[in-house]
Amino acid sequence: MTIIANAPYDFTSNDRQEDFRGAMLVYVGWARHMMFASPYCWPLPPDMPFGALVEGPMAQAFAQHPDWEQADWSTATWTRNGEPFTPDLSKSLADNGLSHKDSLMFTTPGLDGIGGMGF
Amino acid sequence: MDIAVTKKKLGLKERYALMTRGLGWEPTYQSVDDVFPMDSFEGIKIHDWDAWEDPFRLTMDAYWKYQAEKERKLYAILDAFAQGNGHLTLSDARYINTVKLFINGLAPLEYMSHRGFAHIGRQFRGVGPRVACMMQSLDEMRHAQTQVHAISNYNRYYDGMANFRHHHTYLPYLQVPRSFFEDAASGGPFEFITAIGFAFEYVLTNLVFVPFISGAAYNGDMGAMTFGFSAQSDEARHMTLGLEVIKFMLEQDPDNLPIVQKWLNKWTWRGVRVLTLVAMMQDYMLPKRVMSWAEAWEIYFEENCGALFRDLARYGIVMPPCVEQVRKERDHLSHMAWCQFYQARGTNNFHVWLPSKEDMDWLSAKYPETFDQYYRPRFEYWAKMEEEGTPFEAATPPQQCQVCQIPTIFPVAGDPLTRAEHSCTHDGERFHFCSQWCQEIFEDEPEKYVQAKLGAHELYKGNLFGDADPTAEDFDPMAAAMAFLKLTPEDSGLHSDSRDAANFDLWRGLAKANEA
Repeated sequence: MTIIANAPYDFTSNDRQEDFRGAMLVYVGWARHMMFASPYCWPLPPDMPFGALVEGPMAQAFAQHPDWEQADWSTATWTRNGEPFTPDLSKSLADNGLSHKDSLMFTTPGLDGIGGMGF
Repeated sequence: MDIAVTKKKLGLKERYALMTRGLGWEPTYQSVDDVFPMDSFEGIKIHDWDAWEDPFRLTMDAYWKYQAEKERKLYAILDAFAQGNGHLTLSDARYINTVKLFINGLAPLEYMSHRGFAHIGRQFRGVGPRVACMMQSLDEMRHAQTQVHAISNYNRYYDGMANFRHHHTYLPYLQVPRSFFEDAASGGPFEFITAIGFAFEYVLTNLVFVPFISGAAYNGDMGAMTFGFSAQSDEARHMTLGLEVIKFMLEQDPDNLPIVQKWLNKWTWRGVRVLTLVAMMQDYMLPKRVMSWAEAWEIYFEENCGALFRDLARYGIVMPPCVEQVRKERDHLSHMAWCQFYQARGTNNFHVWLPSKEDMDWLSAKYPETFDQYYRPRFEYWAKMEEEGTPFEAATPPQQCQVCQIPTIFPVAGDPLTRAEHSCTHDGERFHFCSQWCQEIFEDEPEKYVQAKLGAHELYKGNLFGDADPTAEDFDPMAAAMAFLKLTPEDSGLHSDSRDAANFDLWRGLAKANEA
């Protein structure tokens, strides 16, 4: 549908990638770890290696959880905007095909939160 | 010496007609469509504005008289409260955070409502609804003023209230109520009155007022209780107006039904999402609780609004489909919200705490299906982290819903351990939502919601740095953002560490005991 207005209605999006001075927004959430109330949001350079996202911003956000140090990245599975996704940790975000405002969710098999309660 | 003139007294009915409908006139040198250019573009068809039944018989002169009388009573009590150090009679210092939520989150909405009703009081071509909207506009202004005056008595002693207007505009969590009202105010006049006059004032009003005003009464807050009661008779009038408008639209033309139903679906959902804040307040922030969110939902929505929707069924209106999800979230909503506010406490302008053992026992009694299984273990684990000196706190801004602007905290309905993920693309850009319902609202008017200002994104674009120079060598982005937001360390964080808690204990101690 399109908006019903009483005058021409033409406004640009408030969050286009060019507004972020070269960075792209990426969201990452951790499945079965509800301690983190929502996925988090970062502005990242598109040429940043995917592995650097894991070791940098993600570690900073998620390492308060005791499961973090046990996470095995060779078995972790990912989704992007709800669809299956297999990142190559050595390649950049852009070369992994990530776009501005993509939302990633990762699952760490065998790690099911505090006391196995999904938390 | 004046000569007495014998005036003929008008009858009540005649007087009423002259003081309301009689105030309108037919334009002669402009067309009616040019004088009222905004009441037709939404597609609502009105064939006979004179068929409007005034839902209450109130004229302006009587209105002033009633309101002035209420003001006198209200300010007498507020003065007594202030002079008697009423803030020290509260049940507990934690209660003050409820007052902060009210002044920052709700009072500015009263002012927005004043502006909205003033606008549509100009835009409807029917005289009857114009007069009713003008009175509601004045009511809303009065509510904003009395709330600010009542709560200024707290602002003299406690943190988190001094910048309520600035915080309402910029603080991320307050974008939830702010964007709700801006969404309504940027609709046409019929959508505005459906959103605010009906969905908010009629369908959801008790879920807002009962927790805050009864909560005030239960916790010794005479000031807030009094402005609540002072507003109550106005609210009754607002509800009548909201319902009358819905019935009027539905009776005027069958083509109005799908438009009205679409708005009801949208605004019931938008309203319930805003009430997340109230649910949390009710279950977690009131030291002495009135009733749980789940109980309030059962009484005020399922029973009262169920009857209302059954009444509207004769016009073809059905219960909004989102209500099914609200029911599934009923026993999770307040807990999820408090978990979010606890971990994002560095960006709040009120204090948070972990529920005590007694609080948790109350919660598990009220939420036997969910609390012990999902939420008690979270709070117990976080309590352990606090004790160990490493309290859990989120350091990164959250992903937010493009429509309701709440962080995407909600799980899949019926599956509390799986986060719901909803997104779509518009014009090549991806957008994320908390739910199917917010996504549907977006997809109906994407051109509107792509303009949303989301807190995390504004921060990352550099829009929250004020006058600070981001290219300076010693630039500290978080410090610049906090300065721009006017958020001080005293405003946020844990209640137990707060200056408010310390001062309340100190002052109450002085009020109750003698110094050695």
